[in-house]
Amino acid sequence: MEKFDVIVVGAGLAGLAAAYTLAGNGVEVLILERGDYPGAKNVSGGRLYVNPVRKYFPELWDGAPTERHIVHEGISLMAKERSLTMDYHGRELREEPHQSYSVLRSKFDRWLAEKAESKGAMLLSKTRVDDVIYEQDKITGVMAGGDGLNADVVIACDGVLSLVSEKAGIRSAGKPHDYAVGIKELIALESGVINERFNLEGDEGAARLYVGQVTKGRFGGGFLYTNRESVSLGIVIGIEEMLNDATIDAPALIEDFKKNPEIGGLVRGGTTVEYSAHVIPEGGLKSLSALYGDGILVAGDAAGLALNMGFTVRGMEYALASGYFAALAAIRAKEKGDFSAETLSAYKTLLEDSFVLKDFSAFKDTPDVLRNQRIFNHYPEMIGGLLKDLYSVSDHPKETIYQTLKRNLSMGEIWSIIKDMTGVRRI
Amino acid sequence: MSDAAALKAKLGLNVFKPLREPHIRIRAGMEKDPRLRPAVRICPAGLYSENEKGEIVLTIDGCLECGTCRLGCGMDVLEWNYPEGDTGVQFRFG
Repeated sequence: MEKFDVIVVGAGLAGLAAAYTLAGNGVEVLILERGDYPGAKNVSGGRLYVNPVRKYFPELWDGAPTERHIVHEGISLMAKERSLTMDYHGRELREEPHQSYSVLRSKFDRWLAEKAESKGAMLLSKTRVDDVIYEQDKITGVMAGGDGLNADVVIACDGVLSLVSEKAGIRSAGKPHDYAVGIKELIALESGVINERFNLEGDEGAARLYVGQVTKGRFGGGFLYTNRESVSLGIVIGIEEMLNDATIDAPALIEDFKKNPEIGGLVRGGTTVEYSAHVIPEGGLKSLSALYGDGILVAGDAAGLALNMGFTVRGMEYALASGYFAALAAIRAKEKGDFSAETLSAYKTLLEDSFVLKDFSAFKDTPDVLRNQRIFNHYPEMIGGLLKDLYSVSDHPKETIYQTLKRNLSMGEIWSIIKDMTGVRRI
Repeated sequence: MSDAAALKAKLGLNVFKPLREPHIRIRAGMEKDPRLRPAVRICPAGLYSENEKGEIVLTIDGCLECGTCRLGCGMDVLEWNYPEGDTGVQFRFG
């Protein structure tokens, strides 16, 4: 049976970051990928924040196939018949190094795989991992395509469902409450048209999040990211929320979103070229999956390392960083010649000492607070209604601003806002 | 174009490699299980439907391998795996 130092399952960002780091340190690493090429099975919004991970891969970033650096950050409250958009633009967003980029995964992951291969990692695509191999309660390899492949350490980077961790017996199948699904259309548009519509120049990009009716007032939201010559348009909605609301039809959500007058004009004339969907971890710290076991480490979405922080929605940089730290833990284990859970637990310590679990810890209550239904069904309507009255001019004499505010914000309303604000203190 | 036809047209934009066998199956006897019912609404590819006998049926072609049905309906009603290598959806953009 063939034997490697490390087998990485899944050539997504976590797996490739792990393989890149391992190979760079002279460790023999095999990456198994079930897609035809890295990125073929991956879906992301997709927005990558580079600053937190720049230092872990110092030589990597030149020539990275990013789409656009984001200089406009928008958020829209979507009520049934009206909407309010805030568009933030700041000089720092235009300055290098840029903090975030839109990316397309099948391009980005293929490029990162080439980088890992150039360091000496071996990549085997079109190969599904069917099972793990146990020897005396320790993971010692994987079964793929009928063949056994042995390794001192298996790093499971097989995505949000992580069937490898399940087979290894270190996690059970997830609960609907802890996950959402993202549904996305990639809409081709000429770069000049994108620049005009979003007030951009050159490779500048815009990002928008949409909150409210786009998910029928349920937990989730819409997103729009500009790529070079396309727009990523999508909806994210909680799986539990979909189960509990029989009026929700997932494919219809994105169709309705596209038809919304707020969106329609932005993608007009565009051609949809791909339709994709993927489940996303939404549970935060409380729902993190197992990070390690005897002979196994888990990184990226497979470990639940994605975080909805309200104004920013993060995942890819946690994948890159956790892959890097998993590699470090595997390298230390190799030096010790001990691949037990106890030695591999260094991975958790590395994550705790880094931005990864510090972020998860600081935002541990955010998933609960963001599930406050009023964010999605009440505030967009309330704020939309207030603006409607402030802007309206009828054949009656105009109410003063104070009268309009007072009518829209009753004592009961103010009391509810105060109650919701106590939740805001936890995020 | 009906919603179903529009969805089918959208799925037609994707690159799919033919499956050698279905990677997701409804477990025998679970076709009418209430836990399976939401699949008709929550599958982003609209692959689940109800037949005239009131059973939920799954047409696997067009599966986006997203995982929604696995989490939403659970493993008691579904046998769920990813498709073999060299088959299934191959995203060109992701």
